[in-house]
Amino acid sequence: MSAAAPYPTRWRPPPFFGTRSRQNLAWVAAFAYLVWSVSTLNVDVKRTLAGFGRALDIFARMFPPDFERWELLVKGMTESLQMAFAATLVGIVLSIPLGIAAARNLAPRPVYLAARGTIVVGRTFHEVIIAIFFVKLFGFGPIAGLLTLSFSSAIFLAKMLAEDIENVRTGPIEAVRATGAGFGQLVVYAIVPQVLTRSVGTAIYRLDANVRHSTIVGIVGAGGIGQTLSASFSRYDYDFSLAILLGIIALVALGEWFSDWVRGRLR
Amino acid sequence: MPAAQEAPSAGGARPLLAIEGLAKTYPGGTRALDEVTFRVDRPEVIAIIGSSGAGKSTLIRCINRLVEPTAGRVLLGGTDIVKLAPKELRAARRRIGMIFQEFNLVDRLTVMENLLSGRLGSVGFLASWMRRYPPQDIANAFAMLERVGLAGLHDSRADALSGGQRQRVGIGRALMQNPDLLLVDEPTASLDPKTARQIMRLIRSLAEERATPALVNIHDVALAQGFADRVVGLQGGRVCYDGPAADLTPEVLTRIYGDEDWSRTIRKADEDEA
Amino acid sequence: MSAPAAKAHPTAWRKHTPRETAIHWIWMVAVALASVWSVSALEIEWVFFKDAHVQAADLAERMWPPRWSYLPTIVAPLIETIHIATLGTAIAVVFSVPIAFLAARNTTANGFTWAVGRGILVASRSVNTVIWGLLFVAIFGPGPLAGIAAVSARSVGFLAKLVAEAIEEADRGPIEAIEATGAGTFQVYAIGILPQVMPVLIGTTVYRWDINVRESSVLGFVGAGGIGLYLYASINQFAWQQVLVVLAAILVVVIASEAVSAWVRERIS
Repeated sequence: MSAAAPYPTRWRPPPFFGTRSRQNLAWVAAFAYLVWSVSTLNVDVKRTLAGFGRALDIFARMFPPDFERWELLVKGMTESLQMAFAATLVGIVLSIPLGIAAARNLAPRPVYLAARGTIVVGRTFHEVIIAIFFVKLFGFGPIAGLLTLSFSSAIFLAKMLAEDIENVRTGPIEAVRATGAGFGQLVVYAIVPQVLTRSVGTAIYRLDANVRHSTIVGIVGAGGIGQTLSASFSRYDYDFSLAILLGIIALVALGEWFSDWVRGRLR
Repeated sequence: MPAAQEAPSAGGARPLLAIEGLAKTYPGGTRALDEVTFRVDRPEVIAIIGSSGAGKSTLIRCINRLVEPTAGRVLLGGTDIVKLAPKELRAARRRIGMIFQEFNLVDRLTVMENLLSGRLGSVGFLASWMRRYPPQDIANAFAMLERVGLAGLHDSRADALSGGQRQRVGIGRALMQNPDLLLVDEPTASLDPKTARQIMRLIRSLAEERATPALVNIHDVALAQGFADRVVGLQGGRVCYDGPAADLTPEVLTRIYGDEDWSRTIRKADEDEA
Repeated sequence: MSAPAAKAHPTAWRKHTPRETAIHWIWMVAVALASVWSVSALEIEWVFFKDAHVQAADLAERMWPPRWSYLPTIVAPLIETIHIATLGTAIAVVFSVPIAFLAARNTTANGFTWAVGRGILVASRSVNTVIWGLLFVAIFGPGPLAGIAAVSARSVGFLAKLVAEAIEEADRGPIEAIEATGAGTFQVYAIGILPQVMPVLIGTTVYRWDINVRESSVLGFVGAGGIGLYLYASINQFAWQQVLVVLAAILVVVIASEAVSAWVRERIS
């Protein structure tokens, strides 16, 4: 090709945000945000730099992980697992009425709005916040954890159930209604067959999620392995902490594997 | 790249491309290519025909080693591509342009970025990441866009184009490499008959004006006859015909594809040329 | 019904074969046993339930009316909470892309690098943000920096896992085409693969940011900055009227961030 051709020799990709000036504005805004956010954080530079030395120190003290108190570890993990399992069951039971109430195509308008409102507010708060309230009401221990996870499971499962019900094909509903069936029969014959497989999958997923969450509610004293971990951290018992962390990683990985396996078989 | 200047002047003494005893056996045991040998001595368009599974696609991919051949030699301007270490292979690939059946554009990038990706071999990673290509490459890309009939579409996203337009970008990308050899894999199989003819005409005229030999895998016998100088027929991974496109007879086609009434296919091609 | 040709239709019909029914029952019994075991072993003191509703009502009463004068105090920590989520997510994005390429089967260098990539994914994802918070508070001392580190540590695995899956599912064609131009390995990744996974990367980043706002609201419980510290302090001082204000503020921030995240994801798809 001859170089003399009157073709442009400069070309930039079209900007992501429409125009070049908007693109520049986005960069400036991003930079300004970075400066603003970092400046408000009050980071103690000296303490932070010291942190890298401390990190080395902590890691050195973590190795080798200390499995000497494995009984304590197993007890905490069992408690977490029990909490997760029981909470999933309670969550399933509670989620069915709540989920039906939150399905636009089944519930009357006021019931629908109330149920949706409950779900929106309930989903907002982190498990740890809910746990701290249950600890205040029921005292320290796994009961608070169980109730926390039950509550958040019920909210989560109800939301998924409501969405599944809303996505149900309307043909079978009309057909069953046309036979003169009552509301209960309608649910059993037209809704349940369409949402059952998905719902079982969601419930298994939630069991897996509950195993994860059961490891943290202990931070505020609601039982489980999290409580053991929190205690070991506050005692600077880092080699035991690492043992617990490895236990948690194994437990969570196992839960995820189980959940994937069951859901794979459901399909 | 001294080799780039060397190749076209090689003339009759040294072949532009020589394929010797090329074989490929896939891990499953499928023998896709078996002792394939032929040479290309002048810039011409060579159609590779054969039924599905005859090894056309494997042959083309063994030449630039997108598929690793099991045995044999691929000599491009004197260097054996089969023996090259990864880094040298990349340098060799820069001299070989490739055009694909499914166009294989990066959909979410613009036409210009797709064209310029033909120059990736000549710019560093950082420059390609920042889309800083040499001014000459950019001018060439604009010229190329006009040549393939897509002037003005440089900032369109590749997935916004029609099939024929996308293949034109694919052709442009391959030619941006200033290749010594064009590998073309079923360029028209995803296009309607009219667009298919336009695309074949474009490939042929570009190969001619740049004196670049082109190996074209093609399903459509009529198109092969219409646009190729020479035909290589593959059957079960072996070359079973190698000769001028004009000499394709029903007997030859039967050898390549098996028994069928070929007279209409061939006559149709003649009519098209008239 | 006395017609001679009447066929004998079955009068009993079951949906499942006996074998299927048996398997269903085995599952049911297993689930029931597991639930009995898990509830009983938790050693729940049921007496606590007796006055729970009284306690709850009492708590609700003590929360009302909310002490709105507390609101100005928590504006700065609320903003800090969002900063922790945003900066933590941003750092996670930067690290997640190379880790995703390591953990994706088709782009990793060899079995060892793949194992390293997968190992990072598992470790990052299995440990909850709050637990990462505990660890980073021990390292950096209390404050938002530990929170940012915790959010990044957890989000890296989340983002990298989804991006790695997208890399594994990327269209082979364009990758092959870029390889055929003689591009280097990293150019193939940057030009051939990255544009293909960009929608996944942006979508999951925005989604994760929204989760991280929620996670950041409790990081203060372990001393890692944000609004959680004020919530924890108010609860420990039994300042229930302040607690209600903090909860309301968290509600607004979390719902707003969820709306922003949903809006952005709507626009990019």
